[in-house]
Amino acid sequence: MADESLLDVVALRKEFGSHVAVDDVSFSIAPGGSLAIVGESGSGKTTIAKMITGLVAPTSGTIRACGHDRSRPARGTAERRRRGGEVQIVFQDPYSSLDPRQSGAAAIGQVLALHQGGSPTERSARVAELGSLVGLDERQLHALPRALSGGQRQRVAIARALAAEPRLLILDESVAALDVSIQAQVLNLLADVRAETGVSYLLISHDLAVVRQITDDIIVMFEGQVVERGATRDVLDDPQNDYTKLLRSSVPTAGWRPRRRGDTASAWH
Amino acid sequence: MSAPLLELSDLAVQLPISGELRTVLHDLSLAIGEGEALGLVGESGSGKSMTARAVARLLPPGAKSTGSIRYAGADIASLKGAALRSFRAEVATIFQDPRAHTNPVRTIGDFMTEALRTNHGVSRTDAAKRSIDLLAEVGIADGARRLEQHPHELSGGLLQRVMIAASLLTEPKLLLADEPTTALDVTTQADVMSILDGLRRERGMAMLFITHDLELASAVCDRTSVMYAGQLVEQRASTELHDDPLHPYTAGLVGARPRIDGEVGRLAAIPGRPRSAFEAPPGCAFADRCTYVQDLCTETRPALVPLDGGLVRCHRAVELRGRLQEVTHG
Repeated sequence: MADESLLDVVALRKEFGSHVAVDDVSFSIAPGGSLAIVGESGSGKTTIAKMITGLVAPTSGTIRACGHDRSRPARGTAERRRRGGEVQIVFQDPYSSLDPRQSGAAAIGQVLALHQGGSPTERSARVAELGSLVGLDERQLHALPRALSGGQRQRVAIARALAAEPRLLILDESVAALDVSIQAQVLNLLADVRAETGVSYLLISHDLAVVRQITDDIIVMFEGQVVERGATRDVLDDPQNDYTKLLRSSVPTAGWRPRRRGDTASAWH
Repeated sequence: MSAPLLELSDLAVQLPISGELRTVLHDLSLAIGEGEALGLVGESGSGKSMTARAVARLLPPGAKSTGSIRYAGADIASLKGAALRSFRAEVATIFQDPRAHTNPVRTIGDFMTEALRTNHGVSRTDAAKRSIDLLAEVGIADGARRLEQHPHELSGGLLQRVMIAASLLTEPKLLLADEPTTALDVTTQADVMSILDGLRRERGMAMLFITHDLELASAVCDRTSVMYAGQLVEQRASTELHDDPLHPYTAGLVGARPRIDGEVGRLAAIPGRPRSAFEAPPGCAFADRCTYVQDLCTETRPALVPLDGGLVRCHRAVELRGRLQEVTHG
């Protein structure tokens, strides 16, 4: 069972002082699977992403990716690099996640040199390949971030993450800041990349329509705990937990009348 | 029929961008009646925020505008002294990021009561009392305690409610709301929208609601206008606009958005990226991204013409009527 999972998170907990940000969270992702974590600000979803990528150390619990434990900081460069080859992350803001003095091609090339090696010619061929996978042309690849639009920058960030050939790509609100028409392009791209490369996604999002579009499974978090889990379609079509119901009914659609929730925010566990 | 509360005629705005004046808004005419909610929907560069700024007389330094903006019959550019102060009291603005529009070292009480005390001569005690009443109206029960707090002690949703309460202190007749819920969680967004919606109905307040979210605009506004590259491309009753779009760009916006229910399919993405007015091609500004483009579209700029009870700016609108909806829902 455990051998089959790409990512296994068991009884994960994170405390910041007396505040429990993540409380006994467990989930797993199969190879090629796609899981969404939804919940509001402060629900602990981004803290989980940070623990999986090693940016924050868990208080307790275990994280295994590709059969290797990553609950503790990496010992040495080789292990850190191996972990980088297993899990990559794309952040929300494409304006602050790229080096302003480095072109997309250089950023992607650097990751390739680190993780895949190969000759400079092989690397530049692979840069062009990754560029075409995410829909960037030669000119855009060699432009500095300031000459690119938000959507183009996010494509660079996705291509850079894919250059390490990760088995798992964490998308932390990666499409939230994009214009609607660009967001659709990036969502289609993410579906294509998953179909072509078999990469798994862990999508962290507050946008339920985006979640429905690119994930198979979902966990709903509230105040650090998982309050509901299941197949994305089932949970969104027929939510069981009161908080999930509230989340679902808060999405504006035709005929939607905004409603105020009661002030009993703590009663949803 | 009485004159509209707010009327924009042929408004054009130019901004200094890298050393030269560039057009960001042009040929913009729209009207809002008393108590009416008008949605203004668009992507980056569409000019939707600049429209609100022009109305609030908050255009950036160096901006040049032509055309007219009339509020209650008076051209706002000519307002001075007492007339300008009363305009400022009657037209309130709330922005996307409440934290960027509050002073971090001043208390919520200072922030809320300043205008009342300095411009309206209301005493400190009375101003505080009115603030507490309005905070209660937006769902903040412990107003007296909140007035003593600083912005950093409040969550984004709570601070946005404070902004709304503050904007109501002068009993505005028109609320300019620029993406007021974009930075908020979806559950908080529902709270804030319900508060705005309720207040608007109770007080008969008109609202210009600016958003990138067509679904949200359709849900809370009577009419919705779609903007692209600094121009209005379609304006209709909200439900019709969403269910039966007349402009290919509106249909594109509906089709590009993932659906919360029904089958998941490939999104009908609009190719290319949104343009600003000064980057737009000659002819129809949307021509280079449009599926239905013809020679005429790249040569001649279409006019905004009445159709099916709304307005649309597309050469092929009559011919495409009823066909665009299949694209978005097919």
